[in-house]
Amino acid sequence: MTTVAIARYGAGNVRSVELAMRRLGAEMANDLEGADLAILPGVGSARSAMDGLGDAVRVLRERHAAGRPILGICLGLQLALDESEEDGGVAGLGLVPGRAVRLEAERVPRIGWATVEPGGDAYWFAHSYEAVTDATVARSEGHAAIVEHGAFTGVQFHPEKSGAAGLRFLERCLSRA
Amino acid sequence: MPLPRLIPCLDVAGGRVVKGVRFRGLRDVGDPVELGAAYSDGGADELVFLDISATLDDRAAAAGVAARVAEHVTIPFTFGGGIRSVADATELLEAGADKISVNSAALERPELIEELARALGSQAVVVAIDTERGRVRSHAATRDAARDTVEWAKECEARGAGELLVTSIDRDGTKDGYDLDQLAALRDAVSLPVIASGGAGNARHVAAALEVSEAALLASILHEDPARLVSLRGELRELGVPLR
Repeated sequence: MTTVAIARYGAGNVRSVELAMRRLGAEMANDLEGADLAILPGVGSARSAMDGLGDAVRVLRERHAAGRPILGICLGLQLALDESEEDGGVAGLGLVPGRAVRLEAERVPRIGWATVEPGGDAYWFAHSYEAVTDATVARSEGHAAIVEHGAFTGVQFHPEKSGAAGLRFLERCLSRA
Repeated sequence: MPLPRLIPCLDVAGGRVVKGVRFRGLRDVGDPVELGAAYSDGGADELVFLDISATLDDRAAAAGVAARVAEHVTIPFTFGGGIRSVADATELLEAGADKISVNSAALERPELIEELARALGSQAVVVAIDTERGRVRSHAATRDAARDTVEWAKECEARGAGELLVTSIDRDGTKDGYDLDQLAALRDAVSLPVIASGGAGNARHVAAALEVSEAALLASILHEDPARLVSLRGELRELGVPLR
């Protein structure tokens, strides 16, 4: 059975990620270092998240260097980059070359279901910043939607809140871990 | 732009979905989890649960409902009613809600919006605005809040709100159509997504609201009947509304 550990660093809806993983048959673990898959969820703002990660910063960097899978969701994707414009500028984990910038869109936050290409599935987004990185492998309305770099996968959308399509996405992440 | 959203609204009290006229004669119409899951299966894009009693006793019941909904529903949902502090909001998000909605508490103490946005991120903070003839009303629309609707919407945005849920009180329950002029004025005044509420009687009304706002809240038009959501989606598609 695949074990999954979630990096906890602040207040927000992390429970839905956990519930989705359990639904897919994963075993939840506390050991961020030893789990088959580590998840960096999307909660709060960049600065409070980096502050709240504590020792998980070191663990995540070591995991990435060792080529062990990490899934970043929403803010979790943005934190994996070199830096973020949010909160006046915040240094990120530096797992993926790139930066998070204020979203240029007609309505911000960008909230709702939007299709991701290639693939064509619709997922649920809720964000005010976006990743700018050469590691982008799929886009939604021009914005980075899926980022892959080494064993890191980052998604701007919330697969745990994207119904059947989201669960299928998470299942693929689990099967690769 | 993301696709237009249809958001069924369920009124809850004491952990059950209820229906009543002006908060009197509340009738139990079902379990929030069962009804929420049925709407999700019927194609809802999100759900809103409004705790309409929101007494002290109900705070724990509300978190319990959010926790149970999160276990069975894999689309986003918002919880509103009686939230007065970051601690109240945090409890609901940690139970599994994606957004919280505040109304009277934000009018009484607008700094609450900033506190919530800082702690939870703007995307999790919905400010509900009850409006009548361009003025804001508070406390379940029973009091004049002495604020202009457009000015209050701008202030909410400046303070870090992530979305506005705008209910036209004089249309609510009438089935005469949404207050499109008010919604258009808000669209022009703020760059936040706006959820339109109040007045939906048929698919044409909903389609018109989705021309000037990002989402439509669906309450009395659905009659707590998930099958009605399915037929409404079909009618909207025929009218050319691009739905998920």
